[in-house]
Amino acid sequence: MKVLKFVAKRLLMSIFVLFGLSILIFLVSRVLPGDPVRMALGPRAPEWAVQNMREQMHLDKPLYVQYYYWLSGALHGDLGQSLFTRRPVMDDIKEFLPATMELALFAGLIMAIFGILLGAVAGRYSNTWVDNTVRIFSYVGVVTPSFVFAILFLLLFGYLLRWFPTAGRLSAGIPRPPAITGMVTLDALITGNWAALGDALWHMVLPAVSLALGGMAQEARITRSTISDNLRKDYIGAARGFGVPERLVMLKYLLKPSLIPTASILGLDFASLLANAFLVELIFNWPGFSRYGINAMLRKDLNAVSAVVMVLGIVFVIVNILVDLVVAGLDPRIRLGAERGK
Amino acid sequence: MEKLLQIEGLKVEFKVYEGLLKVLNGVELALEEGERVGLVGEAGCGKTTTMKCVLRILPSPPGRITAGRILFRGQDLLRLPLQRMQRVRGRGIAMIFQDPTAALNPVFTIGDQLMAVIRHGSRDAMNKKEIRRRAIAVLREVQLPDPERILANYPIQLSGGMRQRVCIAMALSTEPELLIADEPTTSLDVTIQDQILRLLNALVERRGTSVIFITHSLGVVREMADRVYVMYAGSIVESAPKGELFSRPLHPYTQGLMRAVPKLTGGGIAEGIPGRIPDYLNPPPGCRFQPRCPHAWERCSQAPPPLKEVEDGRQVACFLYEEGA
Repeated sequence: MKVLKFVAKRLLMSIFVLFGLSILIFLVSRVLPGDPVRMALGPRAPEWAVQNMREQMHLDKPLYVQYYYWLSGALHGDLGQSLFTRRPVMDDIKEFLPATMELALFAGLIMAIFGILLGAVAGRYSNTWVDNTVRIFSYVGVVTPSFVFAILFLLLFGYLLRWFPTAGRLSAGIPRPPAITGMVTLDALITGNWAALGDALWHMVLPAVSLALGGMAQEARITRSTISDNLRKDYIGAARGFGVPERLVMLKYLLKPSLIPTASILGLDFASLLANAFLVELIFNWPGFSRYGINAMLRKDLNAVSAVVMVLGIVFVIVNILVDLVVAGLDPRIRLGAERGK
Repeated sequence: MEKLLQIEGLKVEFKVYEGLLKVLNGVELALEEGERVGLVGEAGCGKTTTMKCVLRILPSPPGRITAGRILFRGQDLLRLPLQRMQRVRGRGIAMIFQDPTAALNPVFTIGDQLMAVIRHGSRDAMNKKEIRRRAIAVLREVQLPDPERILANYPIQLSGGMRQRVCIAMALSTEPELLIADEPTTSLDVTIQDQILRLLNALVERRGTSVIFITHSLGVVREMADRVYVMYAGSIVESAPKGELFSRPLHPYTQGLMRAVPKLTGGGIAEGIPGRIPDYLNPPPGCRFQPRCPHAWERCSQAPPPLKEVEDGRQVACFLYEEGA
C-alpha cells in the first residue's frame, strides 16, 4: 500500500514536470530558425501552397493559440501530423518506439548485469590484475562513444567474422510474429515462436552490446569503488568476526549496501542509452525511435519533435520512479525517512 | 596454568600511498582463563589493530601481518585454515566494536544480523525457532525493551545506546570464551556510558567470560580490569596488576598517562604528555617513546628496549629498569 501511495504521489508530481517540458519544447522548436512548412514542401512549392499548409497547421496564429491547439489535441491522443511521413505522429510512435525500447531494454539489462558483476569482482579483488583489467576496460568504455563500438563491432563481428547479422531486426526468411507489443522478441515469446525469438535475439546482440558498453563501464566503476570501500567497513569485519561464512558475508552483507549508488545512477544511464541509440540505430539500420526523433529535429518537423520529446520525457519519468523504488527497496534509511513524512 | 590467549611478537604493516606504515612493532600480550585484562593507550597506538588480528578481520589490503603468533588455547590462529578459524570466531572469541553505528549493517534488520550471528557463531546447531528465542533472550539480557519489535527494526531506528546494547547482545549471544570490548562506550553520550559499562560488567561477571577491555581511559580500566597492559605506538610498554600499576607506575609513558588524568582533589588542569604519537612511516629508532620521554639517554635511540619481567607479575619495556641501570 505504501508503495502504491508513493507511486501515485510521484506520478502526480510528474504531471507538472511533463507539462513544463511540453511548454519548453513547444517554444524551443518554434524559435529555431527555418520555416518548417517550406522545408517540408521544398523550395519549388508555390507560395500559396505553403500559406495554405501554414493555416492548416495554425502556424499563422499567435504561439499561445498554437499551444492550446496542440495541448488539446495531445490530451485526446492526437499529436498532429508529421510533416515528412505525412501520417499522424501517433502512428509513427507506434511503429518506431517499440524497436528502440526493445533495444534499450536489452542494452539496459546487459549494462546492469555485467556492470555490477565486473565491478563487484574488481572491488572484491581490488588492486589485483582482475581489478586492473576491469579498470582499464572501464576507462575505455567511459570515454568511447557507443557509435565507435558499433562501427568496430559491425566490421569485426559482422563483416569479417560473420558471427552476427549486420542490419535489421529479423532475417529475411523469418516471418515477423504478429505485433502485440511491437517488440519482436517479446511478441515471439508470447506467441511461442522460438525460431523468430532466436533470430531476433541474434540480431540484437551487436547493437545492444555496443549501446550498453558505455553505461556498463560506468556501473562497473561505481560498483567497484563502493564494494572496495565497504569491504573495510566495521560491519563486514564484525560479520566475519562473528563467524558468519565468507560467502554469505560477500553475497548478502556486502553486496546489498553496495548496490545502492549503482542503482541510483542506473536511471540516468538508461536515459543516456536512449540518446546514444540514434547513431547505433543508424549504423545497424535499426528502424527505431531515436533515429526518427533526430530526423524530425533536423527537418524541423514540429509535431514529431514535440511528440518525441514528450514520449522520452514520459519514459524518463517512469524509469526514475522505478529506480527510486529499487533504491528504497535496498535502503531502509530512505524508506523510513520517506515514511516519517516529508 | 595454560594461557587462554597469547600474542607473541605481532608485527603489522599498512601499505599506503606514501610507503609502509610500521604500525604494530612486536606486541606481546597474554591472558589467562577467566582473567579480565585492560589494554590502555592513546588513540592510534594500535589497540584495535591488534584485536582485529586476533579475529583475522584486519582489512587487507592495506594491512598485513608480517610476524608473530596468536595462540588461542595453544593453537596459532594466524596459521589456522579458514574453516577452523570459523569455529573460533563467535563461540571462541567475540568482539564489541567501538562505534556501534559502523558495526551494524545499515540495510539489514537487527533480527537478521543477530540471528545470523547466533546461527553461524554458536556452538550448538539450532532451528529457526530456537535461534529466534535465543535472540529475544539476549536482547532482554542487555535490557532492551520490547525485543520482538527491535528484531524487526533497522539500526537507524535505534539510539546510539540501544545500538551498542544490540552489539553487546550479539557478542554475548554466542557464549564466547573470550570477549574483546573495543572502547565500547567511546562513541556514546557521557550519560549512558556508565550504564553500558555497568551492564557489560554484570554480564561478563555472571558468565565468567574472559575479557580484553580496550580503552584510553584509566578510570574505566580501574573498574573493568584485573590486570592492565599499557600500549604505546605499536608495542606493549608495561603490564601489571591493576593495583600496583596505579600505585607505582614504572614506565615513563605510564607515569605520564597517570599525570594526564585530572585529579578530583588536586584541582587545575592535568599535565598531559608533550609531543605526539610518532610517525609510523619513519618511526624513531630504538624506543618509540624516546622523543617524548623525560628520562631518555643515548641508549634509548639505539635499540628498542625489550619487554622484561622486572618483578613478579610486572613487565616493563624500558632501559631504566635494566639490571645494573
